[in-house]
Amino acid sequence: MSIKSTIIVGAAFATLSAFSAQAAEKIKIAFIDPLSGPFAATGTNGLQQFIYAADELVNKKGGVLGGREFEIVPLDNKVSPKESLVQLKRAIGDGIHYVVQGNSSGVANALTDAISKHNRRNPDSRVILLNYSAVDPALTNEKCSYWHFRFDAGADIKMNALTDAIKNNSNIKKVYIIGQDYSFGKAVASSAIQFLGEKRPDIEIVGNELHPIGKVKDFTPYATKIRASGADAVITGNWGADMVGLGKAIGETGLDVPIYTYYAANDGITKTIGEGGKNRIRLVHEGPVNPPSNDVYKAYHTGFKAKNPDKDVSQFRIVNVIQMLAKAMEQAGSEKPIEVAKQLEGMEFTTLHGEKVVMRSDDHQLIQPIHISVHTNENITFDSDNSGYGMRTESTIAAADTALPTTCKMERPE
Amino acid sequence: MSELLFFSLLNGIVTGLLLFMLASGLTLIFSMMGVLNFAHASFYMLGAYFAYTISLYVGFWLGLILAPLLVGVLGALVERYGLRYVHRWGHVAELIFTFGLAFLIEEVVQFIWGKETKAYHEPEILQFSLFTFFGQDFPAYKAFMLLVSIAIFIVLLLILTRSRIGLIIQAAITHPNMTAMLGHNVPLVFMGVFGVGCALAGLAGVIAGPALGTFPGMAVVLGSIVFVIVVVGGLGSLTGAFVASLLIGLLQTFAIALDYSVSDLLAVLNISVDAESALRDLWALSLPQVAPILPYLLLVLILIFRPTGLFGKRET
Amino acid sequence: MTDTTHLNGGEATAPLVKRLGPWIGLAALLVVLPMIFSTNSAIYTMNLMGIFVVFALSYNMLLGQGGMLSFGHAVYFGLGGFMSMHLVNYIEEEIFVLPIFLVPIFGGLIGLVFGVIIGSFSTRRAGTVFAMISLGIGELMAASSLIFVAFFGGEEGVSGDRTMGPNILGVDFAQDIEVYYLIAAWAFVTILLMYLFSRTPMGRMANAVRDNEERAEFIGYSQRKVRFISFCASGFFAGIAGGLFAINFEIVTEENLNAMTSGVVLLMAYIGGVGFFIGPIIGAVVFTLLQTLLSNYTEIWQLYVGVLFVLTVMYVPQGLTGILAMHGPAFRMQRLGILVVPYIRAGLPTALMLCGIIGFLEMIHHLRAAAVGETGMSLAGIEFDTHAVMPWVVVVLMGSVGAFLTKTQMPQLREAWDQANAPLASDKGVTS
Repeated sequence: MSIKSTIIVGAAFATLSAFSAQAAEKIKIAFIDPLSGPFAATGTNGLQQFIYAADELVNKKGGVLGGREFEIVPLDNKVSPKESLVQLKRAIGDGIHYVVQGNSSGVANALTDAISKHNRRNPDSRVILLNYSAVDPALTNEKCSYWHFRFDAGADIKMNALTDAIKNNSNIKKVYIIGQDYSFGKAVASSAIQFLGEKRPDIEIVGNELHPIGKVKDFTPYATKIRASGADAVITGNWGADMVGLGKAIGETGLDVPIYTYYAANDGITKTIGEGGKNRIRLVHEGPVNPPSNDVYKAYHTGFKAKNPDKDVSQFRIVNVIQMLAKAMEQAGSEKPIEVAKQLEGMEFTTLHGEKVVMRSDDHQLIQPIHISVHTNENITFDSDNSGYGMRTESTIAAADTALPTTCKMERPE
Repeated sequence: MSELLFFSLLNGIVTGLLLFMLASGLTLIFSMMGVLNFAHASFYMLGAYFAYTISLYVGFWLGLILAPLLVGVLGALVERYGLRYVHRWGHVAELIFTFGLAFLIEEVVQFIWGKETKAYHEPEILQFSLFTFFGQDFPAYKAFMLLVSIAIFIVLLLILTRSRIGLIIQAAITHPNMTAMLGHNVPLVFMGVFGVGCALAGLAGVIAGPALGTFPGMAVVLGSIVFVIVVVGGLGSLTGAFVASLLIGLLQTFAIALDYSVSDLLAVLNISVDAESALRDLWALSLPQVAPILPYLLLVLILIFRPTGLFGKRET
Repeated sequence: MTDTTHLNGGEATAPLVKRLGPWIGLAALLVVLPMIFSTNSAIYTMNLMGIFVVFALSYNMLLGQGGMLSFGHAVYFGLGGFMSMHLVNYIEEEIFVLPIFLVPIFGGLIGLVFGVIIGSFSTRRAGTVFAMISLGIGELMAASSLIFVAFFGGEEGVSGDRTMGPNILGVDFAQDIEVYYLIAAWAFVTILLMYLFSRTPMGRMANAVRDNEERAEFIGYSQRKVRFISFCASGFFAGIAGGLFAINFEIVTEENLNAMTSGVVLLMAYIGGVGFFIGPIIGAVVFTLLQTLLSNYTEIWQLYVGVLFVLTVMYVPQGLTGILAMHGPAFRMQRLGILVVPYIRAGLPTALMLCGIIGFLEMIHHLRAAAVGETGMSLAGIEFDTHAVMPWVVVVLMGSVGAFLTKTQMPQLREAWDQANAPLASDKGVTS
């Protein structure tokens, strides 16, 4: 056996050294998100999407800057701000200049803060944070940073889109808002009240509830309360297990009203909600899945599913992160963060869907079309969780209409 | 309002009885062996996962029977080869052992079944609404949960008070040495009770899995609440555990249903507060927000003022 | 067994050099360490270790020295952290003028204050009642921290900037290495203080109360008072650790005072060995290494930690330090040499068995987690295909052959052990 393993090790070394001699140094991108613990499902799903996007859209097309490939370095943060900073330090120690992160606005705030401090203290090893999912509006407003770029739409932008849909539904007279008790849940609630007040002052907010995040074991009491309030629609920013529980509990009370959500799809949620949420649950998101916008996207999605049959392209923005980063590097002709950031700022880009998006320079928020989809099993090309159910686009808000003013006062480096 | 009260009452009872299934085993184990089993809720989780896997092949009903049995056997094995071995290092080591076991079981569950929520559903036959009251449905599955829990309570009570084995168990709880002197195999009784306790937790998991979700965090979510019930109910008292379970169940449901806050109370008393002060969160505190704290507050207060619990005769 | 320490040769009357030696050694080690391990991530890891060493030691004042099993020790650590973070912010806003390196004292003070408040009722009883109260308080504080946003900052926590304090000797703590020396200095001082505390009559009484409360009462000490004082002191040091945490990470969140952190500190102290003063130090160092290094190589590292923990509780309740201490008698009799060969003979097959088991687990994990078509896997630099039969045969063979060989080597190890400990073992009372 020892002879065999010696041969294998030898062969592995040989291939490795031959390979590294051939290819230029890879550009490493640190993926700091949960890969263990309760939110691991979301994290690992995101990781596979990053790996696939980098392989398919960059590496297989010859890489960037004359053949350099992207390498995604997974670093587990257990959705803990503290662990994230530990991983950030490790990434910096390994000479990584690009960090992608998405799960939890708390983590994004901590990372943005730490990266801003790091870049100020160490101008020669700067780092860029590419945020693909943390949507707390503060990140592009009062807490904005030059080194933070957000590829998902902020909670307020999404709420603006959602309330546009609610505005046109004259059946809705009473709305119940429920969310997790932290910055994101609060941001959803306050922007819902603000936009509903502007667009449909006649709508009565019959409930504005915050529940502890990740600690509620049974949502039935909340569902009962919602039912008893006589609401015609429910708005929630819940995600993960909190979304599953709420969706299920509302379904069981027999309450047949639309539920407007941010994250009620994929990662096991669609499968668990199943029939109970049909035509009832609506999702506000970027990147339309059903019907697929074009053949390019179809091929991409099919390719991903072939490789990861039990996962979904649940976060299309990941594709944008990879493609826009590659484009910025090509334009800058360098992988230096300061040069790349200059290119990313204000970049106009056409996504795989053929949608035109722009990275607004004022606050580094990607301005993109927003879609409202419904949970259904009819006319679904790409279902979620292999459940037969998926999200079908009902309405789309053009990119320009989604833009909101920002209060960001950005400190730019010299 | 009456709609809210009615359904909150029902929901509270369902939650309470489910908690009772967990607490009944734990309180027996605790009072007999003096071990607060931190892994008890982990057996509840295992029950749900076993039943999920079994239901994929042979359906929900067989899972309902087989999964608790499996969990029970597993529990007995843990007692025989783990806890009994650790016993020689003392009580603290036992407590820490169960603590580590809880941690380990969660990791093993993630290793075997993965980290995402499993689609473990109610059986088709129970997927309808039993009745509609004020336009609100009451799912038949909830009624089923209610029935199973009540049946378990009655059976347990009968066994403990009417049967020979029940008498031995009661004797072993209070006077283990004397019971051993009389020729009973006390270690075997311990193993049996531990196994049955775990099986009950497993059963709770089987029926709670479809209703509350089957995911790796389900044990943690419920874990320490069960301790609260055992301590509040009183050591070794099945009735105490029953009452405390219902109390906690109702407390949590009604705290969510009734939307009162501190500032409401102050308004009634004609006191106005400064909205900008550092204590502003205290004034805005509402009952639903503090709902998750209440059981622990109760725990601490009971331990300080009545360490025997509501129905217990011994101190913990 | 309970009071052996490696820092002290044993007797207080030992020559000065012998008594001070370990401390000078520790100080020198702390100064030299960053020069040996100078990479960014190494320094960061050492910072983390320093913080957890202080935290775990403070925990052991309860569990190891006072016999109080706490499931809520993170409360004092977290509160100390929050207080220090607020203080750092006040310094930045120039409400206070205070050098940053003094901030942890205030973390300690808030830990002390809460120790006094909570200890006043929770230390009345030891045992399960104390454990349950600590659990309840822990859950209570963790839940409250998400509700009282003004002080705890909600889910995001409170952050600040440590570089804004008055600049002393040109040190502004912008670089991690500066923070390292800050933490090292604090760790040194607090370790020394905690050690001295354990040597005071008060510390001795804590041991007495732990071992037999009734007898302690008979010789005229109130067991409750003794527990209360230990508890307060423990809260103080936990608060200092929290303050160091705040300076190092510049952020404190709910996570710092929740049940998870309380569990981790219990884990660290126990794996290290609660019966020894340096046990928690070793535990904290090992645990931090496992946490930061192991997670680099495997996704299922927590599974390994869980297994390690359960095995420790079952088979080595004295912890890692206990294993070291077991060799004390043989070392003093200069017979460790006898054990070397038997250890190698038993160790090699054990390593083989472990490799087999780890390989098996990793392959199962890979099989389930990897993308379809991605059957290649690399373990310890060896590339292979998880869908082929051969690798499975190899790991199963490694595991079973290793287990078998380990078993055959056990008798000779036991014999050598008895031989090494033979004549003087009787009066040492070391369990093997």
